[in-house]
Amino acid sequence: MKNHRFNWLTWTVLGVVALAAGVLAIVFRSDNALAGDGSLLNVSYDPTRELYQDYNSAFSKYWKGKSGQNISVRQSHGGSGKQARSVIDGLEADVVTLALAYDIQEIAERTKLLPDNWQSRLPNNSAPYTSTIVFLVRKGNPRNIKDWPDLIKPGTVVVTPSPKTSGGARWNYLAAWGWALKQNGGNEAAARDYVTKLYKNVPVLDSGARGATITFVKHGIGHVLIAWENEALLAINEMGKDNFEIVTPPVTILAEPPVAILDKNVDKHGTRAAAEEYVRYLYSEEGQDIAAKHYYRPRSTAVFAKYASRFPTVQTFTIDDVFGGWNKAQKTHFADGAIFDQIYQPK
Amino acid sequence: MSATAAQVQRRTLPGFRLTMGFTLLYLALIVLVPLSGLFGKTKALGLGEIVTALTQPRVLAAFRLSLGAAVVAAIIDSAAGLLIAWVLVRYTFFGKRIIEALIDIPLALPTAVAGIALTTAYSENGVIGRHFAAHGIQVAFTQLGVTVALVFVGLPFAVRAVQPVLADIEIELEEAAHSLGATRGQIFRRVTFPLVLPAIVSGGAQAFARAVGEYGSVVFISGNMPMKTEIVPLLIVTKLEQYDYAGATALAATMLLLSLGMLILLHRLQGAIQVGGHP
Repeated sequence: MKNHRFNWLTWTVLGVVALAAGVLAIVFRSDNALAGDGSLLNVSYDPTRELYQDYNSAFSKYWKGKSGQNISVRQSHGGSGKQARSVIDGLEADVVTLALAYDIQEIAERTKLLPDNWQSRLPNNSAPYTSTIVFLVRKGNPRNIKDWPDLIKPGTVVVTPSPKTSGGARWNYLAAWGWALKQNGGNEAAARDYVTKLYKNVPVLDSGARGATITFVKHGIGHVLIAWENEALLAINEMGKDNFEIVTPPVTILAEPPVAILDKNVDKHGTRAAAEEYVRYLYSEEGQDIAAKHYYRPRSTAVFAKYASRFPTVQTFTIDDVFGGWNKAQKTHFADGAIFDQIYQPK
Repeated sequence: MSATAAQVQRRTLPGFRLTMGFTLLYLALIVLVPLSGLFGKTKALGLGEIVTALTQPRVLAAFRLSLGAAVVAAIIDSAAGLLIAWVLVRYTFFGKRIIEALIDIPLALPTAVAGIALTTAYSENGVIGRHFAAHGIQVAFTQLGVTVALVFVGLPFAVRAVQPVLADIEIELEEAAHSLGATRGQIFRRVTFPLVLPAIVSGGAQAFARAVGEYGSVVFISGNMPMKTEIVPLLIVTKLEQYDYAGATALAATMLLLSLGMLILLHRLQGAIQVGGHP
């Protein structure tokens, strides 16, 4: 009697497990089948949502003409670091288009889905479009903010997210550091002093770039928001030119959001040809035009000239020039106990 | 004789083995296996590293805030929950259904949306915040703001735990007390309150548990200042952002153990009150 009932229980449990496994198998099979039929997954970061909506439909049309294949591109958006972790944890992206090369490097190091030299596989460090770091101020620029030194004046309230949690904020921080370093002929101590004073003027550290924009725009906190140029242009066009102005400092950093295909995934899905063309076509005239429309600076000089009124001339420096690449910048500035922690930790 | 006993047992818990099997399997798939993975990842760190990670002043400050604000919020929610449940159970009035629905909003609303809304309302120039600011009190971007967010997310638990118990109390008990000459205050203190106390504690425990893990609504209103307004879930996210999986899981596992311990303690307390209150 006892044995009989135990068997019954065993069979039920096994049944439930088998059923669950069956369901999972079907889900995953259909997912892969879909990919084989001409679908790409582009894992990207937050502010590129509209850019890739436009680009995807343009690319599908172009790819249909070129190869006769129908391709649909699925999009996934979120914080850049969070998106990279999803890929590391197994989200089968064909293409990643993230905010920092550091995030793609981590994918390469931790998963071997793409080779270590991924950044040299496409022109311009694999960054088809760029942006810079600018200041968003309130209409009329009441504090008369023109350049980096204005941000550390006593009483100036600066809004920028935490570089510990936001990839975009790391560009802001490095822009400030790099500028200060250039002013003092490479004097690290002076740069550190400048950045310390700057962050003394930051009363709120939002966890992400969108949160910081909300703090500045909606809650009316602060005199100046440090932001990506494309985000600032977007904010101005959404919230109205009557309320805000963009101030472009004469010297700032060149933000290069990179793109890459994930070799192991595209080979598994049989999507290599389409995926390679997907990232390469970003450099075409049409791709560059779409990027410029969405406020990213195009690499193509011809397209740049067309949108020149939108993008004031600035002198820029890169991460590689000043910081020796992302890995080094990350270790020196943002790791636990590194410079940012030292300067921002109140006693 | 034993056959009858077995029969009775079967009637009280039909299909015990089957349901128990399902319960264990389900818990394993949904809760136990994923959470034990948490401890697995922590193993990458040595005990020394875990201790160092946990005893940094910044981490300790975050634990103090996360647990402290959660306790304060749970106490406020318990008191407010009793009051609100009382009004809803004992009175009928116009718009009662709307209030019933309003109470559950914190459960349904995405927490980030709640966070942005709370920050907007409580920031210096917000609808509510400006009145506090007029008296020199800043709510948003302070520990007070964190507590407000935690009170918000915990409220439904406190109300919903007390409400059915209050509704079940037979009015005859209070009438009997009244006929014996008890004042309204005495009736509440001696009759009603002891009956709902276990439910209040249980609701408070749920509100506490929810508050300890809350992330979305707090990151916006807290301002995330190290040593001052950083909560532990934010530090976990910070570590993940640096791909420090082991460090993040060390914090997460500690948080899990602390909450589990607190919940067990509260359940015991609740049991003790129940035994004491119901001889």
